[in-house]
Amino acid sequence: MQQEPRVTEEGAGRPTPAEAAASVMPQSPAAPAAAFGSGRPRGLGRPVSGARRRREVIIRNVLFAFSAVSILTTIGIVFALVREAFGFFREVSVFEFLTGTEWTPLFRPPRFGVLPLIAGSVLIAAGAALVALPVGLAAAIFLSEYAHGRVRRIIKPMLEILAGVPTVVYGYFALTFVTPLLRSIWPQIEVFNGASAALVMGVMIIPMVSSLSEDALSAVPSALREGAYALGATRFEVATRTVVPAALSGIFASFILAISRAIGETMIVTIAAGLTPKLTLNPFESIETMTAYIASTAAGDVPHGTVEYQTIFAVALTLFVITLLMNIISNVVLARYREVYE
Amino acid sequence: MTGSPRTRELAGGPGLFNTRHRFRTRVGSAFAVLCFLATVVGIFFLAVLLVDIWRDGAHRLSLDFLRNGQSRFPDRTGIKPALYGSLWVLLITAVVSFPLGVGTAIWLEEYAPNSRLKKLIQTNIANLAGVPSIVYGMLGLAIFVRAMAMGRSVLAAGFTLALLILPVIIIASQEAIRAVPSSIRLGAYALGATRWEMIRHHVLPIALPGILTGTILALSRAIGEAAPLIIVGALAFVPLPPRGLLDDFTVIPIQIFNWVSRPQREFQEIAAAGSIVLLVVLLTLNAAAIYLRNRYSRKW
Repeated sequence: MQQEPRVTEEGAGRPTPAEAAASVMPQSPAAPAAAFGSGRPRGLGRPVSGARRRREVIIRNVLFAFSAVSILTTIGIVFALVREAFGFFREVSVFEFLTGTEWTPLFRPPRFGVLPLIAGSVLIAAGAALVALPVGLAAAIFLSEYAHGRVRRIIKPMLEILAGVPTVVYGYFALTFVTPLLRSIWPQIEVFNGASAALVMGVMIIPMVSSLSEDALSAVPSALREGAYALGATRFEVATRTVVPAALSGIFASFILAISRAIGETMIVTIAAGLTPKLTLNPFESIETMTAYIASTAAGDVPHGTVEYQTIFAVALTLFVITLLMNIISNVVLARYREVYE
Repeated sequence: MTGSPRTRELAGGPGLFNTRHRFRTRVGSAFAVLCFLATVVGIFFLAVLLVDIWRDGAHRLSLDFLRNGQSRFPDRTGIKPALYGSLWVLLITAVVSFPLGVGTAIWLEEYAPNSRLKKLIQTNIANLAGVPSIVYGMLGLAIFVRAMAMGRSVLAAGFTLALLILPVIIIASQEAIRAVPSSIRLGAYALGATRWEMIRHHVLPIALPGILTGTILALSRAIGEAAPLIIVGALAFVPLPPRGLLDDFTVIPIQIFNWVSRPQREFQEIAAAGSIVLLVVLLTLNAAAIYLRNRYSRKW
């Protein structure tokens, strides 16, 4: 409903007294002294007085100002990150930061290679994806293609709860339940390890994959399904060869968003994955992710203005750029590769 | 099977048109079972998590646990400063984010012309929703704590979380407003209402349950967040609940993180007890949201 009513288009100008006198409409109780509308006959009812009109303009402007806050937030994030990171990159070259394989800001001499932190984040996200993508997609197929309305109404809110459990609680669970469980199977696992954090994070992002993928699957028109059935396909074939390919862009978008979420998650990895920046693919060792570095360093109350303080902004900027790129890719995939029906 | 070779071929024999029907239905059933298992695996995991936390922490729950401040001694420590801190932060977050979020949603749905500006704001909100929460913490640290000189206070924390959940509130409110049929709007206009009067008296009352549900869910996300508040500076040892907007504070998730990080077994149990308190608060909020959704939702 975007139709502009006449009232606001006429502007807030106060009509001349002559116009007001010419009006035959009763005076508005909200604005007894104000002039009437533009003099055009409006029939019964309250006239659009100057005061009412001014109120309209004020409210419109206030609401617009509210909308601007979201833009200001983005500007604030970029400004805050870039300003401190800029100070950091005066000390350390961007090249060294992006290609260095050691992250030891507290050693003498310090080394500022962010790759171990990125590798940690990627390892965790990959492990989480290994759990969440197949399970989430299968759950989405079940909910969209197999489950009846009632089953769906019971299961979906339960999956939503899974997404609503605070991440500290997941972190606690990873450290005190999943890690001992894994260690009872493979005793060589360290107390802090990537596997346990990745596993728990994978479960955490299942609802994200399943609900976004289910939206994509449900959006596939049923005519396609009926066509496939008419050609003799079984339910399985309809689901995997007709519906899933038709919804592929939405499914991919949900995958990318879920992985981006896993990269940005902080508490599970800070509690369970360790604080040892290491360039490794071994999920049984203690590692450190970008987010865990930021959280653990900031928790140590670093003094403002030091290089150490600036490192967390440089790492946060890296994290921000990576997740932003992934979100943009997911939007592009959605927009460009969407099959449009009708 | 009788009939011509051609008929036999059609019925599943070897040949060009081989339906292998039995095999295909079996694969199909196996797949259906797998999909069902995938759906329940998350719920099973949730059940294990809840049972585990209950078994670890339930015996630590007591009135004293809710009434006591922090202590080095596991038997005397309590969650009161964190509980009050969470409520303070939640209140500020709600007061800031609700009007901003609903206002933005109203502007986008009811006022914004279909222009590039609207598209820009809409895209921006979608992207903000994907920004990691810890990055909001950095924003809070740089802008609220330092530039605006609020210090490591309840106020800075509330503002930070308000910005964090703003995109969620906006998107939920937009959906609720969009669901109001346009005949309602036209009816209000036909009776001479101005645009704001139409929104205030007709659109908002109808959209309110949806808006409130979305807001409560967003607030329940805020109450579970720890990462941005670690950055804003809530980790300090806080013996007393905050008394003013600029006081030091801690919140339940941070307190849990604090307890988990300690090596003693007792503190792990206390972390579990704290998790139970947090989950109870969350479940209450979620139940309120579900109640609102069911009680007031209307179909048009």
